[in-house]
Amino acid sequence: MMNLDHISANPLLPEVQEAMIKAIREPQGNPSSQHAMGERAAEALETARESVARLINASASREVVFTSCGTESVNQAVKGLALANADRKGRHVVTSNIEHKSVIRSLRRLKAMGFQVTSVPVDAQGRVDPAEVARALREDTVLVTVMHSNNEIGTIQPVKEIGRIAREKGVLFHVDAVDSVGVVPMDAQALGVDAMSFASNPFYGPTGVGGLFVRKGINILPLLDGGVQENNKRAGTENLIGIIGMGVAADLARRDMDDRLSRLSGLREKLLQDLPAHIDDYLINGHPDSCLPNLVSVSLKYIEGESVMLMLDEEGIAVSTRSACASGSLRASHVLLSTGMEFADAQGTLVITFGVDNTEEDVSRFLAALKRTVKTLRDLSPLYKKTAGA
Amino acid sequence: MYSKTVMDHFKNPRNVGTLEKPDGVGEVGNPLCGDMMTIYLDVKDDHIEDIKFQTFGCGAAIAVSSMLTEIAKGKSLDEARRITNKDVAEALDGLPKNKLHCSNLGADALKAAIQDYEDRKAGRVRKDLKRTEKHEHDPGEKCYCPYCDTEIGEGQTVCRDCALNTDNQTAQEAREESV
Repeated sequence: MMNLDHISANPLLPEVQEAMIKAIREPQGNPSSQHAMGERAAEALETARESVARLINASASREVVFTSCGTESVNQAVKGLALANADRKGRHVVTSNIEHKSVIRSLRRLKAMGFQVTSVPVDAQGRVDPAEVARALREDTVLVTVMHSNNEIGTIQPVKEIGRIAREKGVLFHVDAVDSVGVVPMDAQALGVDAMSFASNPFYGPTGVGGLFVRKGINILPLLDGGVQENNKRAGTENLIGIIGMGVAADLARRDMDDRLSRLSGLREKLLQDLPAHIDDYLINGHPDSCLPNLVSVSLKYIEGESVMLMLDEEGIAVSTRSACASGSLRASHVLLSTGMEFADAQGTLVITFGVDNTEEDVSRFLAALKRTVKTLRDLSPLYKKTAGA
Repeated sequence: MYSKTVMDHFKNPRNVGTLEKPDGVGEVGNPLCGDMMTIYLDVKDDHIEDIKFQTFGCGAAIAVSSMLTEIAKGKSLDEARRITNKDVAEALDGLPKNKLHCSNLGADALKAAIQDYEDRKAGRVRKDLKRTEKHEHDPGEKCYCPYCDTEIGEGQTVCRDCALNTDNQTAQEAREESV
């Protein structure tokens, strides 16, 4: 199987697997215990925390909180920051129209609790205009939450500018960086964020582990009540084996960042360059420069994405589609429609995400398979004939 | 997710294409809903002599079209009219629950094609077959978003309420949200 759907699942790097297997085989201590076994566990936990802190350039490792996934991090940040600071600042939150479901649904929960939310639009390439954020801010705005990179179109937001605007008004700033941390260089201090959500799998660590950067001195209400783990920000015994894997993955991501960036953007460029020789009538989505190095979002006109995905699957190639027909809810992608895309074009949207295991041959094989698939489906499509004849 | 029969008809769809001079044409769905299906008929002695289809849609929609044409071929018009969407889904060994409504349009398209054939035979006005993708209404007709039931105006190809707000949020909530 050729994986061109790395945004859904990344393989674990061999070094990560080895470290986790070693941890499984050794006697498992609890980092909260005071005996020697517990202290060994606490050391392993702190080593991983330092690795992750270095990856995001936190000013201290205690600014890193381990969670169970990116979604938990986002829930913790959005709800935890809003609820802990509402009495001081107010009950208004600013976000963008193309956020991940975990942000959208956390905000909906806050709305049910009496918060108000303003969602700013994006342009055709999926970018938020920082001036729109400035206009949306009110006296009672407690939080601005914007994603760093979008998981459907790859567009990277002007996070630094938005952060500056929030800071000038004394408003907290959270960035959902789940698809960016470990993929592109991320510097929590330079970006000026108060909180930043991320996860381990995007940089080839295990699923089931995430992280949340919370800047020193920021008030946040924990989602989980219990023990004093994670500097009192996340109760519950840590997933130490997963966290050890995440720490090793973070070290590798930092070490190999430049190599990976040039490799992945090379594959992306090859795909974009060779695409016109294989198919016509398509749109490339997202921002051409301010974008993830490993993601291509392409809308194939006159055909529907789920059938494309299934046909490529038959050829042993895994891709993702944003067609409503392939989503559990049968809803069109709010991200694509927010960029002003027509519904029919959104239906034909594929998301191709490269990983370190992909090669240039993969791109060529994919393009050949895509060409066959597009032809088969367009021959079937009443829309293609009509437009071609018109 | 799909049954073996669905995957077989999706991968090797039967009766794909158009007919040179069809006796009847039926078209259902529109790109706004995600699925579009066109059925072409040749009729001889009140029986379906030949049948072809074109479909824009997901795996289920293509398999439904293919299976429908297999069931309908050779049948008398009376028999063909009695084919239901449920019959097609059963012949495919079932469809995922969420696809039963949106992708299971085959029998509707067939009925529309038979109606077109009978209209032509009776000399009734033929529908314009070169329908474009433009979203146009008949006078007094209204159109609603298949997802949130918000009314969609003529010329509008996307439900803007859905576009900016996902999930179960109602259009009313959406408007309240934009300050």
